[in-house]
Amino acid sequence: MIKAILIFNNHGKPRLIRFYQYFAEDMQQQIIRETFHLVSKRDDNVCNFLEGGSLIGGSDYKLIYRHYATLYFVFCVDSSESELGILDLIQVFVETLDKCFENVCELDLIFHMDKVHYILQEVVMGGMVLETNMNEITTQVDVQNRMEKSEGGLSAAPARAVSAVKNMNLPEIPRNINIGDINIKVPSLSPF
Amino acid sequence: MSPSVPLQEMIRAIRSARTQCEERGVIQRECAAIRAQFRQSDNGGRSHNLAKLLYVHMLGYPAHFGQMECVRMIASPRYSEKRVGYLGAMMLLDEKQDASLLITNSIKNDLSHSNQYVQSLALCTLACMGSAEMCRDLAPEIDRLLRASNSYIKKKAALCAVHIVRKVHDLGEMFAPAARSLLSEKNHGVLHGAVVLITELCERNLETLEKFRKAVPDLVQIMKGLVISGYSPEHDVAGISDPFLQVRILRLLRILGHNNEAASDAMNDLLAQVATNTDSTKTVGNAVLYETVLTVLDIKSESGLRVLAVNILGRFLLNNDRNIRYIAMISLQKIVGTDHNAVQRHRGTIVDCLKDQDASVKRRALDLSLALVSASNIRSMMKELLIFLSSCPLELRSQAASGIFIAAGGDVRDETVPNLIQLITNASELHCYTVHKLYRALLTDISQQSLVQVACWCIGEYGDLLLRGECQETEPVQVHEDDVLDALETVLQSHMSSPATRGFALTATMKLSTRITDNVDRIRSIVSIYGSCIDVELQQRAVEYNALFKKYDHMRYICFEYAGHCVLFRFRLSALLLCLFFPQVCDLLDLLGGSEETLQPSPAAGGTAPGLPANTASTAGGDLLDLLGGLEPAPLTPGLTP
Repeated sequence: MIKAILIFNNHGKPRLIRFYQYFAEDMQQQIIRETFHLVSKRDDNVCNFLEGGSLIGGSDYKLIYRHYATLYFVFCVDSSESELGILDLIQVFVETLDKCFENVCELDLIFHMDKVHYILQEVVMGGMVLETNMNEITTQVDVQNRMEKSEGGLSAAPARAVSAVKNMNLPEIPRNINIGDINIKVPSLSPF
Repeated sequence: MSPSVPLQEMIRAIRSARTQCEERGVIQRECAAIRAQFRQSDNGGRSHNLAKLLYVHMLGYPAHFGQMECVRMIASPRYSEKRVGYLGAMMLLDEKQDASLLITNSIKNDLSHSNQYVQSLALCTLACMGSAEMCRDLAPEIDRLLRASNSYIKKKAALCAVHIVRKVHDLGEMFAPAARSLLSEKNHGVLHGAVVLITELCERNLETLEKFRKAVPDLVQIMKGLVISGYSPEHDVAGISDPFLQVRILRLLRILGHNNEAASDAMNDLLAQVATNTDSTKTVGNAVLYETVLTVLDIKSESGLRVLAVNILGRFLLNNDRNIRYIAMISLQKIVGTDHNAVQRHRGTIVDCLKDQDASVKRRALDLSLALVSASNIRSMMKELLIFLSSCPLELRSQAASGIFIAAGGDVRDETVPNLIQLITNASELHCYTVHKLYRALLTDISQQSLVQVACWCIGEYGDLLLRGECQETEPVQVHEDDVLDALETVLQSHMSSPATRGFALTATMKLSTRITDNVDRIRSIVSIYGSCIDVELQQRAVEYNALFKKYDHMRYICFEYAGHCVLFRFRLSALLLCLFFPQVCDLLDLLGGSEETLQPSPAAGGTAPGLPANTASTAGGDLLDLLGGLEPAPLTPGLTP
């Protein structure tokens, strides 16, 4: 079981935290601090598995992490998960983020924290791996985002108007309008 | 993606704060605004407010006032509000909060919603924070979804069922039939969920395990399909078809084949195929190979297959990639009990890994090395381990030290006991950890004389650390004075204890008299019993200690306060008492009698200071002891008697 998923930057600022086991708020922050402390000490060429944190329940768990540019992706798992499998899962998650955000960077995670959560929900559910196929994940996320957009309400009206015009298919407007004897040929308008 | 503008504005405002104080101010203002908005019954930006609150919560600020808002949002008909409401519920609510009960009804309704994404939200939330009551209520719904829905919902329902079974064990039987039928699905996500569910059911219930053994041929078939099939772009990860599913199935096969000949036979061919055909140049291939090896070693496999598996592990050990070496050592640790000789063959490589720079690899190598210590290789192993101890990182030191003591305790001869005691005394920061570990070792087994001697010595010397209970490196456990005295008495009375060991135990009991408060009478009685013991050495000690209790109680603290590893302590003690018995030293005794206030026990502080604490040196007692030549630490001689 995955007990927690933490993403923080090189200075320890949390970018996404998700606990699959209940911890009180101050405990959560302490875990983040301790994890950052353990992970930031590591060189880049050592292995991606860490033991030795004491806060998250007992000796059965380890930290599996990957360092991408300015971000650490840390999964706290117990012994029922395959370590190499989780390492691959982190890779799949990051590639999915890349696909959904188009060249994802730290700012994307900062400003779209809720979206990242929704993507993560399609990958890991209740501490267990749900789906590992990138295409499937991105498809489902897209559908749900469109659903949310479609019921945007008044505040989304300008955005909907713009996208409606963008989607207007002008070449399909009939070129020949028959008004009696006169055949007026309407010139084909180029889409704007 | 369409951004939530109000959320982004708030994030920008927080990030522009230059100091922690400024950031706190911004967040407090925002939270006040959010709270005010929550109190208004109807406003369009509700989802944005909750999203803002969740961001603030991630940074560590209190967000509990949003709990009721989550409940309201979940009940809303709009998808955007439900989505963020459920996310809030998963982050802010847990089964201990009362508010979590309120969402049970919403979840129930949403599980039968026409929109599958609403259903999936409900399933996700139930799987994350569903309490036992909620699970019991909603289990029939989940079972229905497992059987009749699309694959998107089925895979989520399967994992939700796993959560339910973990919370309410009895419901496992309800899901077994549905889980069995899911194995015939084609969708990999659903298969994955089904395998996880079946694994959970089999781990919890033996009868279910028996029933699912019949599914082994089906599982083997699915695996074959994955391994042999041609390139499938959907599931391909670096050339391996859905490695995650392969790993899960292998794990389930391991559970089903364990201790069962028939099931193990059915999977032999498959395992051989996977072991030989999987490409091990990439991480994904190694993940599958590793799982295969663990499975082969855990079921009743043919010997040829076992040899293949251990060889694969040996290859892993020599791999350049540290990750691979690390997991190779984990798996060797698992089999060191059963296939000890096979692992011994790799002892050289493992001991080399003790010198690796990586702390994780070092830790694994340490555990494995300690497990490999045996009568034949003890000398070389001890040498390596002691070299490691002198240079290892701090966090491993206590583990290494205790491991060395315990590994050595069974196999060494008596002359190493003083060396071990010396080692312990010098490692002052380890006293607390060491005494706890040795006490626990004493409780389980008192047959190994050297270990028992060292343990008794430690308990006598650092008994106060043991009784205080707190210790950073191990889980705290309350040890009572009675328990400790029981343990020492057991050693004293056991027929397995040698006379030397009994001597250690008796002295330790006596030392404890200055370190404990309640049971001094019990110690007195123990000591007086041995005053008539057949063993002369023991009798002499007991008589001396008795005398200390009876006539010279005030001297007791001087004698037993932190004797450390001082040599000839016993001789000095006997000499001291001898002097006291002769009338010529009566005047000295008067002097002693008059300076009682200096004979308080000094505070129990750890330390390697052997000999007396400083405050007694200035008293008349100090003069007496000067007569005896003081108690500075003498160099350790082989004839150490405690």
